[in-house]
Formats: sequence, C-alpha cells, structure tokens
Amino acid sequence: MTTVDVLPSGERTHQLLSMRARSRPASALSSVTTLAWRAMLKIKHVPFQLFDVTVMPIMFTLLFTYIFGGALAGTPRQYIQYLLPGVLVQTVIFITVYTGMGINTDIQKGLFDRFRSLPMWQPSPLLGALAGDLFRYSVASTLILVMGFILGFRPQGGAVGVLLAVALVLVFAFALSWLWIIVGMLVRTPESVMTTSFIFLMPLTFASNIFVELSTMPGWLQAVVGRNPVTYLANASRSLMHGKPAGTDVMWVLIASAVIVLVASPIAIRMYRKER
Amino acid sequence: MPDAIVTSGLTKNFGTTRALDGVDLRIRKGSVYGLLGPNGAGKTTTIRILSTLLRPDSGTATVLGYDVVHRAATVREKVSLTGQYASVDEDLTGTENLILIGRLLGLTWRDARRRSTELLEAFGLADAAGRQVMTYSGGMRRRIDIAASLVAIPEILFLDEPTTGLDPRSRNQVWELVRRIAGEGTTVLLTTQYLDEADRLAERLAVVDHGKVIAEGTSRELKASIGASAMHVRLASADQRPQALEVIERILGDGLMPVTEPAELTARLQNSAQAAEVLAALTRSNIEVAEFSVGNPSLDEVFLALTGRTSEHPVAEEASA
Repeated sequence: MTTVDVLPSGERTHQLLSMRARSRPASALSSVTTLAWRAMLKIKHVPFQLFDVTVMPIMFTLLFTYIFGGALAGTPRQYIQYLLPGVLVQTVIFITVYTGMGINTDIQKGLFDRFRSLPMWQPSPLLGALAGDLFRYSVASTLILVMGFILGFRPQGGAVGVLLAVALVLVFAFALSWLWIIVGMLVRTPESVMTTSFIFLMPLTFASNIFVELSTMPGWLQAVVGRNPVTYLANASRSLMHGKPAGTDVMWVLIASAVIVLVASPIAIRMYRKER
Repeated sequence: MPDAIVTSGLTKNFGTTRALDGVDLRIRKGSVYGLLGPNGAGKTTTIRILSTLLRPDSGTATVLGYDVVHRAATVREKVSLTGQYASVDEDLTGTENLILIGRLLGLTWRDARRRSTELLEAFGLADAAGRQVMTYSGGMRRRIDIAASLVAIPEILFLDEPTTGLDPRSRNQVWELVRRIAGEGTTVLLTTQYLDEADRLAERLAVVDHGKVIAEGTSRELKASIGASAMHVRLASADQRPQALEVIERILGDGLMPVTEPAELTARLQNSAQAAEVLAALTRSNIEVAEFSVGNPSLDEVFLALTGRTSEHPVAEEASA
C-alpha cells in the first residue's frame, strides 16, 4: 500500500540519505553573515516590513515641520534645521522595536528551536537579526535625510557631519535593540513586545530635546530631560550635522550605548540559550 | 550494537506541573523507536531534552555516549530535530530555507545550493522550490521541514509527531521517508499519538503516560498484552444497548471497554472468530447493527489495557478509523 510517488528509488535515495561525515560547523562570522542574509531575504519577500520604516519617517518629518515649525521657530524652514537631526533619532529609536518583534515571532514559530539545535555559535541568530535591522535603520535614515533636503534642511557640517551623525544614531539603536530582544523573549506575542516597548520609548523620546530646546522647559523637567541619553544623542546629531563641536555629547552617547550593550547582551544571550 | 540513546531517571517540572517523572529509555543504534502517548504525556519534553533544547531537572541522558547537558555542542553535531510545528522560515522559499540550514551547518554556498536542489527534487518539492513556504500545503510543509533536518544526514533524527494533521496520502509519504532514512542507518526517534503509526514504523516503542514509561517493547509484545484486536459496534438505536451488552458479555466475558457514545460498544477480542460469533448472536436477538468493525486496538484501548483508564484523548478514535 505504500507506493509513494515522492522519493526516487534505489541508488539515488541511497546517495541522498546515506550518512557521511558532516562538514565542520560554520564559523561564528559565517553563521552571523548567513543569518543576516536571511534577514535581507525577508525584507525582499515581505517588502511591507519596510512600510513602517519608510512611511513613519516621512510622516514625522512632514507633520512636525509644518505643525510645530511656525510656532516654535518662526518658519518651518528655520525649524527643520533644528528638528531634522532629532527626528532622525526618534524614528530610528522607534524602529528598534521591530528587532524584539522579529525575535518573538521566530520563537513562536518554532524557528529558534531549530536554530538552537544546530551546531553553530549560539548567539548567531540574535546578531544576524541585528545586522538585518541595521539595514532597516539605514534605509529609514536615508529617507529622512532626503525628505529633509527637499523641505529645505541644509546641514552646515556637510556630508561628513551627516554621516557621522547617522553612524552615531545607528550605534545607539544597535545598543537599544538588545533591550527589545530581552522583551521579545519575555512576552508572549509580537503585539505585547510593541506595547511593552512603547511604554519606555514614549517618555524616552518625548522627554528629550528632540522637538524643543531644553531652556524652554520648567526647571524640574530640565533636570530629567537633561539626563536622558536621547537628549545627548539629539544634541550630538544636531552638532555633527551642523558642524559644531560635539565631543562631549558623542562621548556620553557612546558610554550609554556601551553600558546598555554590556548589561543587556549577556542577559539576552543567556536567556536565548536557556530553555523556554 | 551500542546504544544510540540512554536515559535514566529523567525528570522535568514546568512550574508545578511534573512533565517527566523518571523516564528510562534505552534505544539501539540504527532503529526506529516510537514514543507513544497522549498529549501532555511527556513525549515532546523528552525529545527536547535529548536535542539539547531543555535541561532535565534530574537524571541523565546520553546521545551516542555524550551527555546532553555537558556535551551539548557535540550532541548538536550529531542530531537533527523536526519539531511539532514546521520550524522553517515561512517568509523564505523552500530553496532559501535549505540553503540557510546548509550554510549554518558549514557548507559552502555552492554545496548548500546543490544539496538544497537535490533534497527538493527528491521530496517532490522541485516545483515549489521558488515559492515562499507560507504558500505550501500541510504535507509539503512537513516534507520541507524533514528535508531541513536532512541537509546533513544526522546520526539521530528526532521527529515530533511527524504526521499529526496530515491527510492519509501525505502521512504515507512521511512514513515511507522515515523508513528510507532509517534504512540508511540513521536512528529515528519519533513521537506519535497513533498506535497505528507506531506499529507501522517503530521496531520498538515505549508507551508514555504522565511523564513515565508505562510499557516498553516491540509492538507485537505490546499488542499481545492487550489482545489482538478490538471490535466496534454501533447500534441503530441506543435503546437496544442493554440487550446488546448482555449478548456480547455472554460471548466475550470481560472484554468490554467503556465508551461515551450511548449507541456504541467496544470490546477486546482474543481472536477474529469471536467477531463473527458476536455479529451472528446480535442478529439472532433482533438487535439492529448500524456499524460493525474490527481493527487494531486504538491508543485508548492500549491505555485501558495498561492503566485501567482511558487516555482522555480526543483524537484517539482517528487512529482506529
């Protein structure tokens, strides 16, 4: 009764299924690269993933420039010089949440079970996902800048300043993503990853000087906002793009990023290796 | 022949639930071994421990002589796991999924691509190779999932409920695959809820219940302990059930088993002649029979024979259907 039309018979099946020495498992670098390739393929197959990444920055830049511009800086064109480096920070920080959602989806689908049972460097799937996300952050950054130029943003720091600012934002986003990886492994659904993360992200980005100068806020709030790492990042981004000295801000952003990575990544990797 | 898998006193708790309560297994190399049991019996937990995804709370497990906790990396080099849910990336195509696994296993891009083409062709998925897995049917998903476990042929293949939810044709295909894989020397450990499946595939099987192995042996040994076959009768009217019970009891003695359907009766048979006898006796007594069948004992019946209670398992009827 088992006439099955799936497998070829005889020698070919033997060739196909017989055991032979396995190749040496992939190196850490090669497994991370391979998993980054997977992240790229996902973007290729599901371009909708890039929808948020493209629409959100365009919308934010337009809305904030024209709604707040007149009130805050006289004209939208003047305001965008201040706003754009900050919108870059805010948008990319928002997008980091997708890292956690992606990890959560992979776990729910059982894909991480397969990864974890493969003889590869165990943290590879996490780093591979992060590599794919860095690409997304770059796409978003590019769009914001293009949008900005169209609306009249003229960075005084030139191309080098702009690129340095983007690079710094990516560093911070990479660090922050580790937090959402942890959240992604803690909660049950991708939706809860989103909700949980935004509880932190909303105050983190709005209680900063992304939209208005620190000096316009009441004293007690200045104390809080002045210590927000996002404020340092927004300052650094602005100063770099406009060619002003940014050393202290850059340093603090790098320190904050390093601290987040040093604390969060061992926890994330430990949780990943641990059973679920 | 050395042992492929040996476990001793494995226990595992999830919160207050005791998933494994001292599992002892000894599985010979090069065999197909079945873990049979209802949902929640501990089958999946056992497989997850053996494939290094979970750590046992106590007890030991070795795979090909390597401890699954202390030599986890070595164990991972020798086994493949096909979980209960298709553990491939649904967004990617069939080809991309297999290349991904091949690359992670250390193949070059070229070898990974070649191996992927080879497997997709052999598994009847060549036409679907360039399509995203999310468009695949249930049977195709199972096949790509098993193919992913065979990118490098493992010494031990774990299959967690490989045919659950498949139509009969796809189920046959998976069975045939498992036989071929085992025929080439890979040890296969599979879990199933279907006695029928365990019977067809596994040389030996362990019946698992509440985290314990409650019976172990070849399927012939197990069947001998529970009677050769089972008889199912459905009456045209539930009113005649008491009379039918009387007739059957007279012929079979104590072989009756509890059923929930008011018009149905199930009984264990010692031989097939008894079935004919029962049918004739029912007809003589003017009891109208709507359905009469003799088949393998279902998982429920195995459980009843082994534990004196049913497995409380809703899908069990399917196995005997």
